[in-house]
Amino acid sequence: MRVSTALAAETRQVEGFDAAACLNCGVCTALCPLGYEILPRRLFRLVLLGLEERLAEHVPQIYSCLLCRMCEANCPAGVHIAENIRALRTIVGRRRLS
Amino acid sequence: MPLPTATVLGILGDNLARRGSVLPLSKRTATRWAEGLDLPKGGDTVIYTGHLYQLIPAIDLMAGLLARFEESWVTRLFGLGRFVNRFISLTFFIQLLVPRRKRAEYNAMLHAIARLLKDGGVSFGYLYEDDLYSGTLAYDEGLDEAFAPHARRVAEAFRRHGVRRVITVDPHTTHMLQEVYPRFVPGFKLEVVSYLDVLAEAGGGLRARRDGQVVIHDSCVYARYVGVIESPRTLLRRAGVPFAEPELTGAATHCCGGPVEVLFPGEAHRIALERVAQLTKVGRRITTMCPICLVNLRKAAGDEAEILDISQVLAGANDGR
Repeated sequence: MRVSTALAAETRQVEGFDAAACLNCGVCTALCPLGYEILPRRLFRLVLLGLEERLAEHVPQIYSCLLCRMCEANCPAGVHIAENIRALRTIVGRRRLS
Repeated sequence: MPLPTATVLGILGDNLARRGSVLPLSKRTATRWAEGLDLPKGGDTVIYTGHLYQLIPAIDLMAGLLARFEESWVTRLFGLGRFVNRFISLTFFIQLLVPRRKRAEYNAMLHAIARLLKDGGVSFGYLYEDDLYSGTLAYDEGLDEAFAPHARRVAEAFRRHGVRRVITVDPHTTHMLQEVYPRFVPGFKLEVVSYLDVLAEAGGGLRARRDGQVVIHDSCVYARYVGVIESPRTLLRRAGVPFAEPELTGAATHCCGGPVEVLFPGEAHRIALERVAQLTKVGRRITTMCPICLVNLRKAAGDEAEILDISQVLAGANDGR
């Protein structure tokens, strides 16, 4: 498994990207209308750790997020989940992972 | 094979950068809804459509075509399609395929919104050909490189016409102007208000009509992004339209699936079916406040429920239809 420091660094530069505040409690996953286990907390772990190849495997999930904020409205850590996912789309697009 | 995300998004981004919209509309198509309203051009306060209502018939048609290709070999040709689309707008041809009555229905919703505002005593203008696409789909898909210059063009159009207050007609555009544009356009400081809030505050203008209960479907963006929850209820009450709430409502509303309609039509339909099942437990006459919710729930409901934009419900109350 290869770690991309560039991915982690690029993510840190995104204004307001606060996935590091995620407690990994699972409320978001439980409430997600799509029911994808990867959304959003595991995705955040992959990007924060710079696991670019693993992230690339989950590009469809990144783009299928509804951005409905059902998770965000109930996140105990107040993470801006929808905006973080949207920012991931920008990063994925720029790095041509899709 | 699934739809090639990068290529589909590439086409949308190319269109925005080269043609000013993810799905280019002719100026006449974009502004036809305002015919007969005699709205002054520009002014301190304007109604801003952001083109979402006008684009829905074409987005719906495109999503239908993409859904057919979702698992077919045709997706392999999308790369070639993107290349050709840079020089000849293939997506413009989609607009030509849109049935006239569909376009007319969405235009009638915008017309109804403007009429409601006028009847409520609200003064406003319209930018006509300078009422540009808001860029919402591009932004949501993370196409920031295409979106940022576009946002500056939209902001410049407002500035050129001396606009200080914008009345928006859909939740996505409201969110874009309230929260996104100030981040992308330095100095962007317009007052941005949803027409539902404007009408609720204006008072008057609605006449009672008692023709059956509606079930409210809140838009995720209105409810959880910009906090427009009470105004539609206030307006329905004032119009004498009884309403019911599904279990998941207001700030806890359930998505219609529409936001992923273009890239994942199958998933969008699955979510919409789920939402229709929740709504029809309460009633079979449903009202939405976002054109994306409207089109997606309608497709999922088929003949099982009547789904109306809230402008149709309120304007119907006004016209006694």
